[in-house]
Amino acid sequence: MERLRRTMMFLPASNPGMLKDAIIYGADSIMFDLEDAISLAEKDTSRFLVFQAVKTFDFSSTETVVRINSLDAGGVDDVHAMVRAGIDVIRLPKTTCAQDVLDTEEVILEAEKACGREPGSTRMMAAIEDPRGVLDAVAIAHSSKRLIGIALGSEDYVTAMKTKRYADRNSEEIFFARSMIVHAARAAGIAALDTVFADVNDMETLRKETEFIRQLGFDGKSVIHPRQIAVVNSVYTPNQKEIDKALDVIRAIEEANAKGSGVIALNGKMIDKPIVERAERVIALARAAGVYTGPEGQEG
Amino acid sequence: MPLYQIQKPAIAGTLESSDIQIMIDRNDGEGIDINLTSSVEHQYGRQIRETILKTLSNMGISNAKLTAVDKGALDCTIIARTIAAVHRSCGITEHYDWEAIDSWNV
Repeated sequence: MERLRRTMMFLPASNPGMLKDAIIYGADSIMFDLEDAISLAEKDTSRFLVFQAVKTFDFSSTETVVRINSLDAGGVDDVHAMVRAGIDVIRLPKTTCAQDVLDTEEVILEAEKACGREPGSTRMMAAIEDPRGVLDAVAIAHSSKRLIGIALGSEDYVTAMKTKRYADRNSEEIFFARSMIVHAARAAGIAALDTVFADVNDMETLRKETEFIRQLGFDGKSVIHPRQIAVVNSVYTPNQKEIDKALDVIRAIEEANAKGSGVIALNGKMIDKPIVERAERVIALARAAGVYTGPEGQEG
Repeated sequence: MPLYQIQKPAIAGTLESSDIQIMIDRNDGEGIDINLTSSVEHQYGRQIRETILKTLSNMGISNAKLTAVDKGALDCTIIARTIAAVHRSCGITEHYDWEAIDSWNV
């Protein structure tokens, strides 16, 4: 079953209470932030805290991610600690080119060998946060087999672009970056994660923004507050009408296959391969989200 | 020479809920001395002390003076704050020996 990455919740790695409660809010992935959320003075204590937390807590099926510091600013220690602790994914900050991924991968491999973890088992994702990274997104997305996804970090990006976020104007200033990232991710067959929405009190705009990035093809969105999770997850969870329609498509194509016919029609509309693939994805998403429990194989 | 040598006063942790603040200093030849304040001292004081003592022992430290202010920290937080305070006191700020830390850890 495809892993859902509808929501990736940022957690400051310095706060033991938040680390303890991380799993209860229902995010698909939780991301411990050792980078921007942590002051220089607390990098060391936060690293030890996440190290112990990852070793101790049972995160069940929730994906654990850590955003490390750059390799020349504590990132090497971050990688060694997190790989040894058993983190699922190392997230690179401010990825500007494929070489950034390869440099970090080298440290990860070294850490895996040092602690006896299976080489290649630590996955990576790259956050693209400036125009160089956006323009190099295709190379970044293809740079390593460890990469499970690329993500847009828009605050640094809009600053580098000499603009700012205009959430009230459909975020047109990041449309190109979003498009580059989702295309690069799809070309490489990995996940595309959208940037955070900073206003934790504005659920209406968050919902609209999430509907828009779903329309573009993103797998999900980074969130910065537990209350944002339900909104984003709900946008990405197929409703009953979508599930029923997808099941109709799958049944129709199964019947056609049984009869040996090729292209078929359902309710007057042609059903071909892309439509079947979309229907299968709806069922897979619905199953992963727990809103469809039909027999296995219904999604093809 | 042991890996960790308590050299100077150091502090790690905060006074926020679910955390513990640990201050550590030299206690030359006097063993381990823990002064604990905790909102749950009656129920968990002994366990908190044991967790700190075990962590120090695992790090090869037999002389240190600690003041700990607990705000309901879990064992993993107590261990993390103790490890951090020791490293700070020893002046270790990078290239941590993760293998050594991991060798006795959960």
